[in-house]
Parts: sequence; C-alpha cells; structure tokens
Amino acid sequence: MAGLQGAVETAPVSRLHERQSFDPADFPVPGGREEEWRFTPLRRLRSLHSELGPGDGKVSVVVDAASGVSVGNLEHGDPGLGTAYVPADRVSARAFASFREATLISVPAGYESAVPTWLSVRGEGTEGAAFGHTVVDVQPNARAVVVLDHSGSATYADNVELIVGDGASLVVVSLQGWADDAVHLSHHHARLGRDARLTHTAVTLGGSVVRLAPSVRYAGPGGEAELRGLYFADAGQHLEHRLFVDHAERNCRSRVSYKGALQGSGAHAVWIGDVIIRPAATGTDTYEYNRNLVLTDGTRVDSVPNLEILTGEVAGAGHASASGRLEDQHLFYLMARGIPAGEARKLVIRGFFGELIGRLEVPELRERVTAAIEAELR
Amino acid sequence: MSTLEIRDLHASVTDAAGESREVLRGVDLAVRAGQTHAIMGPNGSGKTTLAYAIAGHPKYTVTQGSITLDGQDVLAMSVDARARAGLFLAMQYPVEVPGVSVSNFLRTAITAVRGEAPKIRTFGKELREAMEQLQMDPSFAQRNLNEGFSGGEKKRHEILQLELLNPKIAILDETDSGLDIDALRVVSAGINRFRDDQAHGVLLITHYTRILRYVQPDFVHVFVAGRIVEEGGSELAEELESSGYERFVKAGAAA
Ligand SMILES: Nc1ncnc2c1ncn2[C@@H]1O[C@H](COP(=O)(O)OP(=O)(O)OP(=O)(O)O)[C@@H](O)[C@H]1O
Ligand SMILES: [Mg+2]
Repeated sequence: MAGLQGAVETAPVSRLHERQSFDPADFPVPGGREEEWRFTPLRRLRSLHSELGPGDGKVSVVVDAASGVSVGNLEHGDPGLGTAYVPADRVSARAFASFREATLISVPAGYESAVPTWLSVRGEGTEGAAFGHTVVDVQPNARAVVVLDHSGSATYADNVELIVGDGASLVVVSLQGWADDAVHLSHHHARLGRDARLTHTAVTLGGSVVRLAPSVRYAGPGGEAELRGLYFADAGQHLEHRLFVDHAERNCRSRVSYKGALQGSGAHAVWIGDVIIRPAATGTDTYEYNRNLVLTDGTRVDSVPNLEILTGEVAGAGHASASGRLEDQHLFYLMARGIPAGEARKLVIRGFFGELIGRLEVPELRERVTAAIEAELR
Repeated sequence: MSTLEIRDLHASVTDAAGESREVLRGVDLAVRAGQTHAIMGPNGSGKTTLAYAIAGHPKYTVTQGSITLDGQDVLAMSVDARARAGLFLAMQYPVEVPGVSVSNFLRTAITAVRGEAPKIRTFGKELREAMEQLQMDPSFAQRNLNEGFSGGEKKRHEILQLELLNPKIAILDETDSGLDIDALRVVSAGINRFRDDQAHGVLLITHYTRILRYVQPDFVHVFVAGRIVEEGGSELAEELESSGYERFVKAGAAA
C-alpha cells in the first residue's frame, strides 16, 4: 500500500487506562479533547456520553445456545457481574449502572463444541438510549464459540465480559451489522486464565457511529489472544476500534490484525492499538497491525499504534500501520489481462479482506461477510 | 490475419520529480500474424516503455504517432479493452497482487477475454493441462497472484496466461531473463506452441541470443535511445552478441 501514516503522539499506555470505576459520576462529561474521546464525534452520540440514568430505548437480546451451554439472566448486584471488568469510561460505567438485565452464557468445564452460541441483539429504534451487559464464562479446559450479532436501529451502550478459564479456548465473533442510524458504544473485555486462548473478531459494517473497545488482560502465564477486525466505512459513517492488550503476566502472546476500507464523503475510521508490557510480563510476544484501504476522496483515517514496553525481556514486540489507496500497479496488471477496471478494483479489495474472512471460525459467517463486503462494493 | 502497426510513436514519462521526459522518439514497427520480431537494445533505451505504451500503462503518455491493431485505434482503448482486442504483454516485472488467487485471477481474465465464463469442469482441466506443459506445480493455482513467486516462476506464469488468453499479438518483455536453462526451454516451448499456427504475432524483447535459438525470429531490431536504428535477420542478433551496441549507440545519438 502506498504511503505510510505516522503514529500520532499520545500519552503512555499505562496512564491512558488507569481510571476505572463502576460509578458513572466518577467520570466527568467528556468535552472532546480527552485522549480517549478526541476522535469520537460526541455530538452524534445522542447524549450517551453526557446524561446519566436509565434509558427507555428498546433493544432485544435473544440467545440461541449450543447444546450444553447454559444461558441465564443476572440482576444488578449479582456477584457474577463485574468480576472481570471495571468500566473505564463514562459511557461504559453508565451502561453498567443502567442495564435492565444482564445475559450470562456459561460453558461448563471440559465442554467442547464448534457449534456457536448465537446472541442476537436487535435494536427497535433510535429514540431513547438502551443499555446491555453480557457475561461469557468459559470454565477451565472448555472450548466454545460465541457470536454477537447486532442489527437494527438503536442508541446503545453495553459491556461484554469474557472470562476464559485456565486452559480454555473461546472464539468470539462480534458483528456490527446495524442499520444506518444506529449508535453503538461497547467494551468487550477478556480475562484470560493460565494457558487460555481467545480469538476475537470484530466485523463492523453498519451503524452511524460505532465505537468498539476490545481489551485483554491475562490472569496467568501462557495466555494467547488474537484480536482481528474488519470494517468498511461508507459516507458519513464513523467506525472506531480501540484495542487494548495489557500484558502483566509472563509468556503470553497477543496478535492484533485489523483491516478496513473507506469510501465516500465523511467516512471516518479510527483504530487505536494500545499495548502495554508491564515489568513482570517477561517473554511477551506481541504484534499488532492496522491497514486501511482508502477508496475515494473525502475520507479520514486515524490509525494510532501505541506500544509501551516496561520490561527488558520480550520475545517479540512490534506494530505496523499503513493507509493508502489501491495500487495502480495492481489494477494495471489485472486490466492488462482484459479485466475491466471496476472488476479489477473488486478483485483487489476482496483480496485485501479475503485473508481475514478466510480465518473466521464460523463457516456461515464467511459467506455472510463476503456477501456484505460484496454489497458494499456495488 | 492480424497486424499490430506502430507509426512514429513518441511517448514520455513523468518522473518522481514531476519532470516529463521523452523516452520513445519515433518508433515505426509492424508485427503481423505469423511473424516473430525480436527487439534488442541497451538498458534504458526504452524497450519496456514501448511495451507499456502498447499495453496502455497510465505512467506513459503517448505524445505523437499511432498504434493500430487490424486498423483499430489502440490508443483510444482502455487498458482492458486492448487486452480484449487481442494484445498481450508478458511483463518484465510481473506484479504481486496480495489476496487474489491465481485460479480466481485466471478465471476472471479468461471470462473477460472470451466474453463468457468457462465451465468450471473444463476450466479446471484446461488450467491443469496448461500448467503441466509449463511444468508448474498445480499448487500455484491456489497461491496469491505472483506473491512470493521466484523470478523464473513469475515468467512461467506469464506464459501460462499467454497460452490461456490466446491473444492475437503477444509482446514478451524479457521473458527469458532470470530463467535457468531448463526453464528457458520450457518457456520457449510455450511461446512456440503459441506462434506455431501462424495465426499469432510475437514481439520479443530480449538481451540474449540464447532464447532466439529456441524461438527463431524473422526480424531483429536494434533499439537505441527510443527508436529502432537497424533492422535485420537472425544474423544481426549474432553480431550484437559479439560486438555489442557501440556502433548503434553512436548512430542513435547522432539521429
Ligand atoms: N516511471 C518512470 N519514471 C522515471 N523514469 C522512467 C520511468 N519509466 C522509465 N523511465 C526511464 O525511461 C528510460 C527507458 O526505460 P525502459 O524501462 O523503457 O528501458 P529498457 O530499454 O526496457 O531497459 P532494460 O533493458 O534495462 O529493461 C530509462 O531511462 C528509465 O529510467
Ligand atoms: Mg525493460
């Protein structure tokens, strides 16, 4: 891809994620200049970030669980809530304080299935804010697949706690297939036990404003996290992904791979890749990248990798970020074989996303996402 | 019977500093079906520029002259239309395109050039046989286009495309460079399969007479400083091999 885009200077990662609280009042109303809010169009959040208290928006959650996986609801105050995650910003704290009922998906120890548990989150309208909370609890040595499938119109904020027990493995695919008017702010936080493994893929294609913050913390050595994402921002869409990997245990591994395309006036993609390797996290192996394909004029990309290393002994640590247009050379080669320009363009864009789509663990999602990208290209 | 006709072709390239430079300075050449023309000339004389100008590369601007294929104005056609009209360029440096598989690429190109999608079954067979003749491992079909191919593998892949797309006129830009002795034989055999029916024309750009022993040219052109300065038969290639371009470079500079 032509043209490297330099990282913007930011504060050290350690400082950025210091503040955590269950009380929304502990977080002042953001004004837009704060490091964690400076890329987000606050005016389009329909007061999610400013007001407090419950909302009257309508978002329904329906779970279709794989057999052997149990589903329940948790009320406020349940000790099973907030064990893995403490909100890190005002919207997240507000969501934690205001959800009506949390969904608990528990996977028993030793359970093993590639059949996904499907959690459908459907918005019924943008009037009034709605809040949600989901806990996925994967007991030791279990293997499970969970799909979070968002659709419809909504003004929605939620938190997802992913607890992956010792030796367990969890695959999460989160689809943001919202309608054009949806606003969705979300934190997905994973706590990985010893030798646990998480693969988390965000597919963000719909919505007016989507701000998704996947984060990982290791609770023991040997954990592995793969965080992948693909997004396609059309005219006027703001799609923001804020990754945070906190290496505080030794011999853990993380890979962050995000790819996006932008087309149309006002399409805005934000990718923040915060990684910290704390003093105790010796033997850490981490790599993160973000690539953006700029298809038209009038788009904006902010891509900020931010790696802070506080130990002298890492196995590997790196990052890359590149944003650019389709390569003339690629198009010329394809066209010189008779392939018309539009078709050549599609081939290259499909190729750009193909690798990440091919790695989706749920076969039917590979088809669905391919078709969705295809629809974006029409 | 097809004819590619180039008349008084001038073309320039804009370099990184934005300066325009005339690279082709009046090229005249006609390639007819059944003929093989070899072009030889020093580095930087404009051979690749000529090939790109024929194919329609956006970096090169034709400032004067004409290119026609069977009387049709090639310069008025888009890059893809030129290929569909029957022109093919085997590139000196084939481009790597990540994420696009060889088989998907070939199927798309064949569909575009033939005007209809090949049947899945026959396409698989056709591709397998064509690859076998070029001694390419079938696994290449699943790989990304030119990605990680060795220099020689890229050149074989260009000839694979030549055979599958079956154009009227093929321009081969240093297809022999970087090929080992066996590969040169395999690739030459591919070129000969293409031209043997006398219905196809070949313009072969090369630095070496070795390939000309396998693919015998009817005409040899010496290309210096953006134009053809001498024409002859195979014996001209032999002369170049033994005495170099010196005599022609002087003539070219004087012109
Ligand atoms: N994109 C470009 N930008 C700047 N200069 C260029 C560009 N393309 C070609 N040129 C210049 O035009 C001249 C002709 O180049 P060309 O590649 O056509 O030569 P060639 O005869 O094919 O050489 P070789 O035998 O080394 O392949 C060279 O001086 C080259 O530097
Ligand atoms: Mg050349």
